Amino acid sequence: MADRSKTIKVDYLARVEGEGALHIDYDDSGVQNVQLKIFEPPRFFEALLRGRDYLEAPDITARICGICPVAYQMSAVHAMENALNLKPGGALRMLRRLLYCGEWIESHMLHISMLHAPDFLGYPNAVAMAKDHPEIVKNALEIKKAGNALVRLIGGREVHPINVRVGGFYKVPEARELTALVAQLEMARGLTEQLVRWSAALPFPSYEWRRDNHYEFVALTHPSEYPMNEGRITSSAGLNISAQDYENHFAEEHVAHSTALHCTLRERGAYLVGPIARYNLNRDKLSPRALQLAEEINFTAPCLNPFQSILVRSLEVLHAFEEALHIIDRYQPPAEPHLKTEPRTASGCAATEAPRGLLYHRYDIDEKGKITTAKIVAPTSQNQKTIEDDLRLMLPSFMHFPEDKLQGLCERAIRNYDPCISCSTHFLQLHLNYGQAQSKQSMVTGKPGQPPAR
Amino acid sequence: MVSNQQPIASSNPTPKLAIWKFTSCDGCQLSLLDCEDELLSLAAQVDIAYFLEASSEVKEGPFDISLVEGSITTPSDEERILEVRRQSRFLISIGACATAGGIQALRNFADVQEFTDVVYAHPEYIATLKESTPISGRVAVDFELQGCPINKHQLLEVISAFLHRRAPQVANHSVCIDCKLRGNVCIWVAHGTPCMGPVTHAGCGAICPSYNRGCYACYGPKENPNTESLCHWWDEKLNVENTLIVENLRNFNPLAPSFKVQSEDRQEDGER
Ligand code: SF4
Ligand code: SF4
Ligand code: SF4
Repeated sequence: MADRSKTIKVDYLARVEGEGALHIDYDDSGVQNVQLKIFEPPRFFEALLRGRDYLEAPDITARICGICPVAYQMSAVHAMENALNLKPGGALRMLRRLLYCGEWIESHMLHISMLHAPDFLGYPNAVAMAKDHPEIVKNALEIKKAGNALVRLIGGREVHPINVRVGGFYKVPEARELTALVAQLEMARGLTEQLVRWSAALPFPSYEWRRDNHYEFVALTHPSEYPMNEGRITSSAGLNISAQDYENHFAEEHVAHSTALHCTLRERGAYLVGPIARYNLNRDKLSPRALQLAEEINFTAPCLNPFQSILVRSLEVLHAFEEALHIIDRYQPPAEPHLKTEPRTASGCAATEAPRGLLYHRYDIDEKGKITTAKIVAPTSQNQKTIEDDLRLMLPSFMHFPEDKLQGLCERAIRNYDPCISCSTHFLQLHLNYGQAQSKQSMVTGKPGQPPAR
Repeated sequence: MVSNQQPIASSNPTPKLAIWKFTSCDGCQLSLLDCEDELLSLAAQVDIAYFLEASSEVKEGPFDISLVEGSITTPSDEERILEVRRQSRFLISIGACATAGGIQALRNFADVQEFTDVVYAHPEYIATLKESTPISGRVAVDFELQGCPINKHQLLEVISAFLHRRAPQVANHSVCIDCKLRGNVCIWVAHGTPCMGPVTHAGCGAICPSYNRGCYACYGPKENPNTESLCHWWDEKLNVENTLIVENLRNFNPLAPSFKVQSEDRQEDGER
């Protein structure tokens, strides 16, 4: 028995953000154990935020993730405004949405073109793919560039924007600065339509293994908008709560094998956040062209195949371009770049839709505006348990595959989620399993592993 | 530092480039992927042999150029950086984490066990070092590129300089110079807004003052900054609270010597 058991190990997952590893034990009777190991070193954001000024929260939390800094900034400022009972409306609210559109575009396009598409066509990376499919890669880079142009104009720069402030912005753009981007955005929107059609035709693996084990999809829902910055937290199983209620319904668990905390719904366990969840709960609120294209390619909701996240992402990119153009078309600069902010002893929280899914922040501040506690729940820790479930459910139907092919499939299943493992607020110790004997040991003791083989 | 080496091109027709991540947010390596216009032509000139964020193909070392992002914060980081150095002809550290400890170096001024207890339910699962250390604190580094995040154009310049065996053209002057070159009105002089620009390394293009905001020094110190004088001005003329001065010295580059020393002096003053 024992000698027939096999182990798949991917010591170093490529093309995901940050660091993680996968450990699966299986034998002829089935899958015994699945551990997605996230071993990003802890960076202790929640601890180091204490004592810092409330105005610094968007600058500091941006540094949690270089790929989706805007998501952290948006969640932080909304949580602070919740504490201070401020509601930036009108043009300020629209500008924030516009900034978030930019991040959705550039982050989704990074994932689609550089991390995910090569999987479907059998390339190790986008550069290799570009040799045979230059148009696809070049167009994807053009689209991404347009997203970055939006973030740069409103935020000051692509990575870790400097212009996001509690109450609004430090400076707001003039209308002509925004209209100067219209031609580029329209061109990129056209390329995105092609991208949607292209991704609809990709060969998606089957998802029969998920048929009897439905996901619980969790995403924000807003009465009139595709969700980004605000809305109620809803789920496909009927959850409907405000962000204030988040911690009453969701729990975090610290497991030994992963540096990311595992989140569960207290009532029901694992759940799924991210593009597929957003799409399934909000498809009818997609922009007209995105919705029309979804109909045209016969892509309905709910989408139950996790491998189709690439298609949902491209539809969301199209949505983001349409929304951005719509906002720019109506933009009138606000009278003041930000509302007046006066600190006071208070607590606040907020949830927004990061490209990878729901992101929750809560802060307590004192009368001088110094942060006394901070809590941040990133999308990846929320999806982690669902990723492990996917692998556990999926593997039995693919056991006849040769090992390398099986391993590739597991990596792809993880990459569907675009797990942003560098969201290290909650991510603890680093270890690489290297060699058979050591792996179990290091998992238990937290003993650090070795560098990758050279 | 580059001059006594063989030209890379003659020893290896396509130089091998590796990108390594230590404790970081990935933002600096992302800056490379954000080079939408240059990425494919860069890939034609170098062999991107190791770049886990972007490729599942991993080639064997040694490498001609290693770009290292992030700081050293775990026992495993400690071992891995030695191996990276052994495998690399030139090692270039990129970003505030790699050059000055990064935001995670705030632990160096605190009790890391207390930090761990605050964040994790089971602190015993965690192996982390008491301090976050820049790469140069562990191994010899051939060039340091500052910034949180680094500027992608400066990164391309540095790579190109090493490929062509010349000194990288990365200015050491202050953000103020770039601010003037950009034609900004000084927000400190005009509005009394506290600004770290006079002591901060150029490279961002003076973004913050252009957005009506004081520089918070994410590029770290310029060459030979007079940080003490700057803090004195903030304190005496602008009436900035001591805690805010310390916060500005201790955010993304807390271990840069001129910031560290000054922040410690200020902290002590505050406590006296
Ligand atoms: S220096 Fe800043 S941008 Fe670069 S990796 Fe560190 S935190 Fe991220
Ligand atoms: S605004 Fe700041 S960076 Fe610009 S000149 Fe004044 S002090 Fe220097
Ligand atoms: S904080 Fe200073 S160095 Fe950083 S972007 Fe702003 S102006 Fe540039």
